[in-house]
Amino acid sequence: MSTYVLEQLQARFGAAILETHSDFGDDTAVVEPGQWRAVCEFLRTESSLDFDMPVDLCGVDYPARGDAGRMEVVMHLYSVSKGHRVRLKARVGDADMEGAELDSVTSIWPGMNWLEREVFDMSGVRFRGHPDLRRILMYPEFEGHPLQRTYPADKTQPLVEYRTEEEAGVPLGKLEPFGPDEGMSFGRHGAPRVEDTRYGED
Amino acid sequence: MGNVGQATSLTLDGSEQGYATTRVDALLGWARKYSLFAYPFVTACCGMEFMALTSPRFDLARFGAEAPRFSPRQADLLWVVGTISQRQGPVLKRVYEQMMEPKWVLAFGTCASSGGFYDNYTTIAGTDKIIPTDVYIPGCPPRPEAVLDGLMLLQDKIASGDRRAGVVKPRFDPAQRASGLAQLRRSAKDPRELLPALEEQEAKARAIGHGGQT
Repeated sequence: MSTYVLEQLQARFGAAILETHSDFGDDTAVVEPGQWRAVCEFLRTESSLDFDMPVDLCGVDYPARGDAGRMEVVMHLYSVSKGHRVRLKARVGDADMEGAELDSVTSIWPGMNWLEREVFDMSGVRFRGHPDLRRILMYPEFEGHPLQRTYPADKTQPLVEYRTEEEAGVPLGKLEPFGPDEGMSFGRHGAPRVEDTRYGED
Repeated sequence: MGNVGQATSLTLDGSEQGYATTRVDALLGWARKYSLFAYPFVTACCGMEFMALTSPRFDLARFGAEAPRFSPRQADLLWVVGTISQRQGPVLKRVYEQMMEPKWVLAFGTCASSGGFYDNYTTIAGTDKIIPTDVYIPGCPPRPEAVLDGLMLLQDKIASGDRRAGVVKPRFDPAQRASGLAQLRRSAKDPRELLPALEEQEAKARAIGHGGQT
């Protein structure tokens, strides 16, 4: 039973299943992006599979892959009746996120509606045929997709203009006792690294 | 009666004998600091600590600041309790602008004070980026005692007319001590060796009113 789902997928779709593995019992199939919707349809309707619960959908950015499918869309499915799970992946988009598109599966699982909006918002993958592909977490004025690794770690897009230090009359940097090490100092270009000596040398 | 701000004296005649002297601004400050009407702008987990603060055990009512007003137009103290996201920025600013003068802002917790560890695209790194802030209370979340320290600091500022920002300092910092909790994890060979020192520290904490159950 452990790799039953993967065997079914390979028997049905053949070369469209690019690779599979089932490390630690987690069945994973990398799917040809063009077959994304057909695979989902099969998983939902085939009675011996019956994946009736869309658990999660997310995007993972691998800029090092360049044009070979930089953004990986990962879907987790669970079957309540059969008690089995599968993880699907599709690699889309080139180095500039051109062609990062997938068919929407909202008509198969209505619960995927907001999840696809989230992936669009955070990672910039566009879902063809989605009924209402708007941002869901960020505000409409936001530009870019924050979970793409090319989005600068320290870039904010405030909706209200920040006060200036002259206006405030106080320094607006981090106040004592908050040091510059509070928060993420990594990924900052030009930010000095702070030696943390509060807990003594070891 | 003299001008506002000048020393005046008032003599009571009749059955009561006596007199009191004060300055009008001092009197106003005294009245204001014990009649703070609070607007709680609670967005995140610090709200749990805010609930503890207003409960009988810590009893915010002792400080004349227990009356919440859920309209900013009736409030003069804005409690910003929790993380402020970029999306909430316009809301917070609008709430602040609706409040009547004189008004004060208290940043409750590290996130409201500086953004805390949310240092990213979605979070405003402290309320002072968009509205003036009077008192910062660091802590994740701050202990209710620290919040009461902050409230008393604010009351001092109200009474003395000081509008400079103030930060609540921890009464003691465990990481600065040889027997501190952070040290316990990072450098001790055997944590049990540090137990006597910890007990001593707890006793000290109890002596100055920290440390919970007795």
